[in-house]
Amino acid sequence: MAKLKDIAKACKSKNAGPFEVTLDIMFDNAELFERVRATGVINAGLIASLYGVEPSDVLFTEYAPALAWKATLPRRIASGAVGDTDVYGAQQHAPLLDIDVPI
Amino acid sequence: MANPVYEPTRRKLEAVRMISASGILGYGFPESSMKAGLERKPHMVGVDGGSSDPGPHYLGSGKTLNSRLAMKRDLSILVRGAVANGIPMMVGTCGGAGGEPHLQACADIVREIARENGLHFRMALIHSEQDKGFLRKRLAGGRVRALGRGQVLTPDTIDKAERIVGMMGPEPYRAALEAGAQVILGGRGTDPAPWVALAMHHGLPEAPAWYAGKMLECACNAAIPKKHDCLMVTVGADYVEAEPLNPELRCTPLSVAVQALHENASPITRYEPGGILDSKDCRIEAVSERVVRISGMRWTPAPYSVKLEAAQKVGYSAITLAATRDPGLIGQIDSFMAFVRESTATKVTALGLSPDDYELVVRLYGRDGVMGEWEPDKGALPIEVAIIAECVGKTQDIANAALSLARVTLLHSDFPGRMCKEGNMAFPFSPSDIERGAIYEFTMQHVVEPDDPLQMFPIEYENV
Repeated sequence: MAKLKDIAKACKSKNAGPFEVTLDIMFDNAELFERVRATGVINAGLIASLYGVEPSDVLFTEYAPALAWKATLPRRIASGAVGDTDVYGAQQHAPLLDIDVPI
Repeated sequence: MANPVYEPTRRKLEAVRMISASGILGYGFPESSMKAGLERKPHMVGVDGGSSDPGPHYLGSGKTLNSRLAMKRDLSILVRGAVANGIPMMVGTCGGAGGEPHLQACADIVREIARENGLHFRMALIHSEQDKGFLRKRLAGGRVRALGRGQVLTPDTIDKAERIVGMMGPEPYRAALEAGAQVILGGRGTDPAPWVALAMHHGLPEAPAWYAGKMLECACNAAIPKKHDCLMVTVGADYVEAEPLNPELRCTPLSVAVQALHENASPITRYEPGGILDSKDCRIEAVSERVVRISGMRWTPAPYSVKLEAAQKVGYSAITLAATRDPGLIGQIDSFMAFVRESTATKVTALGLSPDDYELVVRLYGRDGVMGEWEPDKGALPIEVAIIAECVGKTQDIANAALSLARVTLLHSDFPGRMCKEGNMAFPFSPSDIERGAIYEFTMQHVVEPDDPLQMFPIEYENV
């Protein structure tokens, strides 16, 4: 078992327009990426449960050329609107760090 | 001394070389990189000027994202380089938000640069602010659609907007190139637009042109190590080649693939005004240690649509920064904040104001100030908690008055087990309250179907 933060090259978040935030999990080692992919742990359902949204609200893409997964979900509050805490959406990645990967 | 005369060409070319100076106009780039790029005889230089990322303030207020000094420094190198080499220079989404004040701010800088350097050229300004009457008519005619989870657009949302821009495609830039403009400043556009326009102007197809534009709009975000620097992209009939102009930087297949993930909903499907760019079957290959070739991208035409961005004023804001180091208070901070909220409301009402006239927003740093409801780890007790208390009011006076009462209530309210009755909060500043002025929010997630790609974007020409 490994924590994603100990094996991934990057776990990050950023706005995809003012109304969505996009999460990227990236590796820099193709062999390791394949091993994680084989576990099937990283999927839309997991992201939905970590962020408390419906799985149907998660646009999930596996992108092998970048050794990466991308998940895009609606922001809690539109960028910069009253009550927003993260205008750029650049600090919403922490729940990804502790994902347990059975490798 | 007169500068070389620009001879616009619409010659069909087998390949074009295009430069992007930096991620956003005003972020800066090494002059040596641009010099190296110009020695390679590019067909254009350009830079993207904006983004919605910094939030709705810029579109709403009309202020530019980056400073005039920083934009002038970047524009000066670009304009002088383009004029000396007889090539076009284009800027997309001028001034951060691409509204009329943002476009005029950049035009003013370009005129000043021309004056100071004795340069002459034909300039095009492409306007992107939208007329509310036009949009109401389009809405009534069923020519406005909601995107994704967006609600149906209402005339009320159009009326209440402070400023509305349309995101232009490459067509207005192409029209300006056809008309012989050398310096082309655009209002709000889809980021790749200027480069797509140049490549298509010279007869290259949509798929590689759009792929190249998507890379160029972020400049050396596609290279490692990451920095604000100049990128050159060559576009051929069925390929794109990317190369950073600083010899210390490299594009690798992985760095190029990673760029495809940047700030978008999907790395393989990108919706643009006149079609969809599909990168699913792209081949990404190293040409050398620092040059990457991408091929296999596809373009599927779709009915033409223009995305709208709008900012609406929601009120006036005042904030105060405070912090507590009291373990007793930190242990019951939620009930304490509920009391502060209620007590503040009572005091605000006593001023003759209604509870609807203001909103108190509290962010607790050290607890869940960054992620709010998404915070997975709310249980941990921090040693200190920083508080940003904000009041949003219908007027600045109301916001200030409500915040002042909220601040006093934070400082002097009692709670069970209170040890330090002198005050609950450490305020780092005097005065403690900060006026933020008018605040805005983004309100539109919609596209308009225009009669043609130029309809919403009038072009104005001038001889500088």
